[in-house]
Amino acid sequence: MSTQNIAAPRSPYLSHRKRNRFNIEKWGWIYMRVSGFLLVFLIFGHLFYNLIFPGKVSILDWAFVAGKFSDPLWMWWDGAMLWLALIHGANGMRTLVNDYAHGRFRSVLLWALGITTVVLLVLGTLVLTTFDPCLGPTDNAELIAICAAQ
Amino acid sequence: MAGAATLEAVDNAGAPEAPIQAFTVTLNIRRFDPEKDAEPYWQDFDVELYATDRVLDALHKIKWEQDGSLTFRRSCAHGICGSDAMRINGRNRLACKTLIKDLDISKPIYVEAIKGLPLEKDLIVDMEPFFASYREIQPFLIADSKPKDGKERIQSVAQRARFDDTTKCILCAACTSSCPVFWTDGQYFGPAAIVNAHRFIFDSRDEAASVRLDILNDKEGVWRCRTTFNCTEACPRGIEVTKAIAEVKAAVLRGKPDIPKQ
Repeated sequence: MSTQNIAAPRSPYLSHRKRNRFNIEKWGWIYMRVSGFLLVFLIFGHLFYNLIFPGKVSILDWAFVAGKFSDPLWMWWDGAMLWLALIHGANGMRTLVNDYAHGRFRSVLLWALGITTVVLLVLGTLVLTTFDPCLGPTDNAELIAICAAQ
Repeated sequence: MAGAATLEAVDNAGAPEAPIQAFTVTLNIRRFDPEKDAEPYWQDFDVELYATDRVLDALHKIKWEQDGSLTFRRSCAHGICGSDAMRINGRNRLACKTLIKDLDISKPIYVEAIKGLPLEKDLIVDMEPFFASYREIQPFLIADSKPKDGKERIQSVAQRARFDDTTKCILCAACTSSCPVFWTDGQYFGPAAIVNAHRFIFDSRDEAASVRLDILNDKEGVWRCRTTFNCTEACPRGIEVTKAIAEVKAAVLRGKPDIPKQ
């Protein structure tokens, strides 16, 4: 008997598992690695600029943050950190919930996690895009002058 | 002959070989009889053992000399059949490959059934969910094409070496039942099924790698692996299980396994 005569094995064991095109576990796994790699640079750049590079940690105040947010580079930098890190963390929590919680408790936790993540993302993005430097307290003369001119 | 005489003299003069020292070892065994007990409980036994004895010998001594109702699986007793995987001092081991001298006998030795599979009696668990996952990855060579020259499927040494590590699996379930993801989610394929899929996915003669990769790309497939390395630590055959799982992950991402061309 040659191999051509043998029928291909059937696969009855596959039926009970759902097959879907988009695999959240696979893309979650890839996302964790890609975002993790990017976040190393984003977070260390952020820490370096805020705590070491232009002055020291002592210059960190409202005016410093306002100055950063007026620069599109830092807006995009912080926006990327916000989205990448929040989804990275939320996906990590999701896998923990999937590993350790069961039944109704699991779906409650997953929903709570999802809603929290979306609320934080929306809030954070709103602050980043609509930030008004004149709303906060400051004794920075330059900022006071700019705000007074408006 | 002078030489022989001297040798004989030495033999006669030598002190008689000291008797091999035996130790009294306490074994704490997690017992469960579904007909009598609502919950499993710990029972201790004192056994006289030599340092060269194995945990399996201790279990035999208990069963044959102290309590015939002690129930456990074993067949070959030499680390080939994979029947006697159990949790010894909190680690999954084959009872027939764990020597008493490698354990701390100043304290009791704790022996219980492997975790994550339904307990049937004493050290015996229902292996069916484990083998169901194994069957699901189609653990047999699938090759529908006609072999080159019509005779045999030739494989180079390098191609054979590619999957050599995962051919060593004896399906004892020590890895799968040491996996914390499997403990909490019995739907997970588990390391053993992925190792055996790896054995065929990376076989240059096999033609169904894409089918197996598709099966393992499932929600409960390779992506649930958290690389805790419990499986690699537990494997009595020394298979690098976590590495094999990582290679399958990479193969799923590439869409095909990384097999040497020649």
